[in-house]
Amino acid sequence: MSRGLVGRGAAWVAVHPVVSIVAFFAALPFVLPYTSLATQILVYGLFALGFNLLYGYTGLLSFGHAAYWGLGAYGAGIVLAKLGWTSLWAALAVGVLAAGLGGALVGFFALRRRGIYFAMLTLAFAQLFYFIAFHLADLTGGDDGLRGIPQLPLGFFGWSIPIKSPLAFHYFALAWAALAVAALQRVLKSPFGAVLAAIRENGDRATACGYDVNRARLLSFVFSALITGLAGSLDALRLNVVPVEAMFWSTSGQVVIMTLLGGAGTFFGPFVGAATVLVLGDRLSLVLVDSWPIVIGSVFVAFVLFLPKGIWGTLIGRSHGR
Amino acid sequence: MPDITLSALAAQLFTGLVLGGILVLLAIGLSLIFGLMTVVNFAHGSFFMLGAYTGFFVLGYTKSFWAALVIAPLVVGAFGLVIERLLIRPLYGRGPDDPLLLTFGLSLVLVEAVKLVAGKLGLTLDPPAVLAGAVDLGFMKFPAYRLFVLAVTAVVLVALWLFLEKTNIGLIVRAGSRDALMVRALGIDLGRVWFLVFGLGIAMAGLAGILAGPLRGVYAEMGIEIIIEAFVVVVVGGMGSLPGAIVAGLLIGEVISLTTFFAPKLAEIVVFIVMAVVLLARPSGLFGEAGLAE
Repeated sequence: MSRGLVGRGAAWVAVHPVVSIVAFFAALPFVLPYTSLATQILVYGLFALGFNLLYGYTGLLSFGHAAYWGLGAYGAGIVLAKLGWTSLWAALAVGVLAAGLGGALVGFFALRRRGIYFAMLTLAFAQLFYFIAFHLADLTGGDDGLRGIPQLPLGFFGWSIPIKSPLAFHYFALAWAALAVAALQRVLKSPFGAVLAAIRENGDRATACGYDVNRARLLSFVFSALITGLAGSLDALRLNVVPVEAMFWSTSGQVVIMTLLGGAGTFFGPFVGAATVLVLGDRLSLVLVDSWPIVIGSVFVAFVLFLPKGIWGTLIGRSHGR
Repeated sequence: MPDITLSALAAQLFTGLVLGGILVLLAIGLSLIFGLMTVVNFAHGSFFMLGAYTGFFVLGYTKSFWAALVIAPLVVGAFGLVIERLLIRPLYGRGPDDPLLLTFGLSLVLVEAVKLVAGKLGLTLDPPAVLAGAVDLGFMKFPAYRLFVLAVTAVVLVALWLFLEKTNIGLIVRAGSRDALMVRALGIDLGRVWFLVFGLGIAMAGLAGILAGPLRGVYAEMGIEIIIEAFVVVVVGGMGSLPGAIVAGLLIGEVISLTTFFAPKLAEIVVFIVMAVVLLARPSGLFGEAGLAE
């Protein structure tokens, strides 16, 4: 009986993603021990949402999403910290655009191959971006990270809204996440979304039906990079610093883990996965200090073996269609 | 040109060959395992790292590099067999993403576990005293240990070739990577061959690890660093192609070594540029068959 109730509740949430995500994250800062953890879950959830468009909905496993996350973070961070721009809007736009361009470039190369080649290629190109960021120390701060990103108020039709307090910034990030979720829902419900699902289920058949599969894959890749870049830009504003590890392969791995734990191909799964990994990491680091990835890694291995639909995917009882 | 002597250049070329040899040992294992069971082993680098650590501890215990050189690949290979039985086997038939994801998780666990057991600091693995000096090749002097690594790589490759071409199991391996269903229909238990080949590939990674230990140092992240280069080798050579793995491995080794010499800052980047160029010109890799593994 209670299981049925949980299932029905989950189903309602799955049908109303925007309302659910806003409600969930509006309340989350008051549930968790500190606001910054809630914001971190939100931003990484958005990151996983972007990754999930490509993996869960288009069937392309990217192991290099750290590149677009990092391009977003550096894009927004560099114009604020190095070029002295004062508009958060412009900074976010630069971050998102940089990620989109990076996505288009890598997508052009990586989509020449499919399957596991694609995974290896995205990983390799992300490492290329990492090394470039590492060596362009004048611009990115190199190994020390990009420091000195100012905490600016948000200009809005002549008003200046302060978002310096953790709670204000949380709602600022939530507004962007809600927009991204709404946009993604719109895309997935469109005929284009149906083409993506067709590609995921059977790329050859989609080609035979006359769809321009390569173009659809590239568009999905770029859109995924845009959302990821938005998340990365928000993270730069959240931390006021961009560590060079943001672009390292481990960041790509983290988003893979979050998405799969939560449930690939579901709307809420990426957020559930981000919450699981970050809360677990937060608690475990008290006990295990640096070694907590052992637990996360083992849990992940167990999920791949026994629960490939992830937490949320199992709750709503829908596979992501593989 | 600043004073770049011919012998310095030759030494750099030799160094590239040695690095290439290590990459070939890794890429062939990856390629073999993939060609047979469509498993991309992300943890391959972790087994490389385990080979170096096992070698370090065996060396400390037995005081013999030669014992370590033999025991480390065997221990790591045996560990690989356990992993195949427990974790990889349940995923056969599930599509290539799942083994990749699982071995990725496994690599995280192994790296952190090694840090817990052996500490976070890097260790140094000394080559045996016999190989500590340099050999005069006539036109230049070259570290003896590096020549030894090159020789071991060559011996392993010849042995592997003989195994694949001249033995019955090798025949089944080759047939199985071409058409697994057909081989099964002939009444051959491919599961056992997969088990064996997985262990063999992992043992080669372990061997590469202990060979690389004295050259690169022994540290927990050494496997992750080299696995990405090994992936590039496999993409450039063509997945599932052994000649491809050898040619691309040596090529990438030389490219890294020469760039380190002429433009050190580009050394980490240039391999990816080579990969992008090969992909544009020949999407299936130098020796790859189009459409395989897609």
